[in-house]
Amino acid sequence: MANKKPTLERRKVVADILEHRGDALVVAGLGAPTWDTAAAGDHALNFYTWGGMGGAAMIGLGLALAQPKRRVLVITGDGELLMGLGSLATIAVQQPRNLAVIVIDNEHYGETGMQPTHTRYGVDLPAMARAAGFRSAGTVYTSPQLKTWIPRFYRQPGPMFCSIKVTTEDAPLVLPVRDGTAIKNRFRVALLGISEAYK
Amino acid sequence: MKIAAKTPRPPRNTDWKGEKGFTGMRNAGQGSSHESRATSNEARSSSSWPDDIHRVLTDANVRQVGYVPDSGHARLIDLVRADKRMRAIPLTTEEEGAALAVGAWLGGERSVLLMQSSGAGNCINMLGMVNECRVPLLTLVTMRGQWGEFNPWQVPMSQATVPSLAAIGVVVQGVDRAAEVGETVAAAARLAFSTCRMVAVLISQRVVGAKQFK
Repeated sequence: MANKKPTLERRKVVADILEHRGDALVVAGLGAPTWDTAAAGDHALNFYTWGGMGGAAMIGLGLALAQPKRRVLVITGDGELLMGLGSLATIAVQQPRNLAVIVIDNEHYGETGMQPTHTRYGVDLPAMARAAGFRSAGTVYTSPQLKTWIPRFYRQPGPMFCSIKVTTEDAPLVLPVRDGTAIKNRFRVALLGISEAYK
Repeated sequence: MKIAAKTPRPPRNTDWKGEKGFTGMRNAGQGSSHESRATSNEARSSSSWPDDIHRVLTDANVRQVGYVPDSGHARLIDLVRADKRMRAIPLTTEEEGAALAVGAWLGGERSVLLMQSSGAGNCINMLGMVNECRVPLLTLVTMRGQWGEFNPWQVPMSQATVPSLAAIGVVVQGVDRAAEVGETVAAAARLAFSTCRMVAVLISQRVVGAKQFK
């Protein structure tokens, strides 16, 4: 299966998306999406994952259901999402209007030696999301396309899904705090306030 | 022999005993005489261990209920689906529920994960994240492959349930009397949410009843 050659650069894509984050809550999938999210600017309302592969979209669902008035963005990788494909079905059943799942799709397992993922062979994640029952889903290849999608991530009724095709070019490591309990507590204090967070 | 499919969720208004393949409640404590001979909707509102769990979850302000069905949880799932204060979240695999619990807690809501023992093995790595993040996780596990099991394929994971959950850091508490399920779940919920720990209550197959293959 021949894929179009990706041209977008992942670090800039994530920075462009998060530039407009407002009060949105962000869940970052393990590996490069976590480094990309940190590189766009550390934020207390970022939940960086360093493990739990396959769980990012479901973390997003739990968060979106708990905080229906806040926008929730899951920014994850193609390999990470492929490990939790069933979550597309689970999310679609719940129909959270405030959830966007964004896959930074370089078609490779970047943290483990750049082996091709299933998307490299043509597996179409947005088509799977659409078939599961996401309200909207699409693939982004170009900057103009990304520009039209970014406002949708924050405003269009979800659940929505977007795969953004990016190059495999290496970006410098930007490592956020990695203590999971610290990341969780910081997030909860910022969102819920200190007395509720430690009740 | 044809292997029976998972017990289907009964229609809302059928009687409890009418659920195919379910022979539980013989050891039920108070109210057992009702449940084991239940033929009416009235009996469903009388005390039984799934109702006790539902009351405990209500009192504990649990809002998100992730589940992979088990016939032992069928009644509780019905109660949750009918309860506007709770959101019933069917999962495709149990590990989704572990990740869901993290998101719910980040957003300030309490959750519970319902599964059967064969699902415990499906969530081990995801529970590693829950452990690292000190997210409270309450999971209620109905045991298969344990008390009067007929299906040999259920036995290995059943026997591995306690050691694997314990190995990943879950506090495991068992209950083998129907009358003690409610208080055990209440204590587990308190432990989980007050100390930010993973706590599993294993509900014995003796309470649930062995599935009948006929």
